[in-house]
Amino acid sequence: MATINFSINGTSHAIDTDPLRRLLDILREDLKLTGVKEGCGEGECGACSVLKDGVLVNSCMIPIGTCEGSEIITPEGLRETVQGKAIIDAYGESGAVQCGFCTPGMMMATEALLRKNPSPSEGEAREALSGNLCRCTGYDMIIDGVLKAAERGKGLW
Amino acid sequence: MVDSYRPLSLKEALDLRADKGAMPFAGGTDLMVRYRYESGAVPDYPRAVMFVNHLDDLRKIRRIDHGLSIGAAVTMTEVLDHDEVPEILKEALLTIAAPGLRNTATIAGNICNASPAGDSICALYALDAGVKLQSPGGERIEPLYQFITGPGKTDLHADEILTEIIIPEDRSTIHLFKKVGTRRANALSKLTLSAVARISDGRIDEIRIAIGAVAPTVVRSLELEKKMEGRSLKDVALEAEDILRDYDALVQPIDDQRSTAVYRKRVAMNLVRHFLLGVVLQQKGA
Repeated sequence: MATINFSINGTSHAIDTDPLRRLLDILREDLKLTGVKEGCGEGECGACSVLKDGVLVNSCMIPIGTCEGSEIITPEGLRETVQGKAIIDAYGESGAVQCGFCTPGMMMATEALLRKNPSPSEGEAREALSGNLCRCTGYDMIIDGVLKAAERGKGLW
Repeated sequence: MVDSYRPLSLKEALDLRADKGAMPFAGGTDLMVRYRYESGAVPDYPRAVMFVNHLDDLRKIRRIDHGLSIGAAVTMTEVLDHDEVPEILKEALLTIAAPGLRNTATIAGNICNASPAGDSICALYALDAGVKLQSPGGERIEPLYQFITGPGKTDLHADEILTEIIIPEDRSTIHLFKKVGTRRANALSKLTLSAVARISDGRIDEIRIAIGAVAPTVVRSLELEKKMEGRSLKDVALEAEDILRDYDALVQPIDDQRSTAVYRKRVAMNLVRHFLLGVVLQQKGA
């Protein structure tokens, strides 16, 4: 057991737990932040994506012990920001959401992309979301959503 | 349940490694999968784990005499973002997993996992890279092709940590990296080819060919490379079929869930043939 100090969506937390537990489980089970999903549990599907210190990571691959001092942004945090709202609107307009299981992870990957590259090409958008699997849409509508978010949200990132 | 440690310095990490036999955990993207237990449960690590991903001493990419040193905790994304990293290594890294995993995974982890299908390993063989291994008693540098001894096996001693990857200055004039997998993102390789050469005045000054996932370790033949180095393209062209036959003998793949031995052999040799006949011997002066 150890005390891990880190912040989630701007709020500081000090959690006493086994440092080897996964960030994914801390978020979902301890903090009831269920926007992150467990798909494969092996880093292949991206459903558990969060931002850790500003970069996209798979929270199923992150032991909480490596989060000391880190700032984590989850889908719950993203949706409260103007950038997050722009992504939500663009996804909605593009029909990028069907069953919705992959959507929070897709949106985190979209946010990570637009922070680094606010005007991505279609190819760059596909590369940025290449670690996120969707079994419903066939991806085209999601990519439309990403490009629409970049266009509508110009100046936000 | 195993213990875990978060050392605050490399010295402390080396002591923990020697005293507790703790397993260095940098990105952890292989370890988390290998020891994955049940959803919601802590992975089933066989021994104590020590996080090293935050250690400043392991987080640097720096220029050294005649080359580049990449710290063991530098992520693949950070390597990709660095201006002085050789192109062939960047091309290999871009085929590994996807951005989220590359933000976490390290080259040092790829090396210590020692899979014959490790894509960065194959490129590092072609770059003639080495690894720096530190223990409380000192340090040593070993060529990568000696460090990796078999599938999942390395020459890492029980009291050592791999701290740096050493890449000699890349003076190649041509290179080729090809990964064959089932899809572009998140696929483990069926096979890979990494090859570099330096050609000047119609002569092969340097050549290195590495083939991944076709034998227990990445295939590279110093002997065959020496046979070609210092010779004119015209001379090498006359012996090209013999050289290809010698490579063919070294390519000894297996059937597994990702591919078949027959497919791997055929495609690997097509790629070696393409590099030698279609790239190297097409250079000016041939």
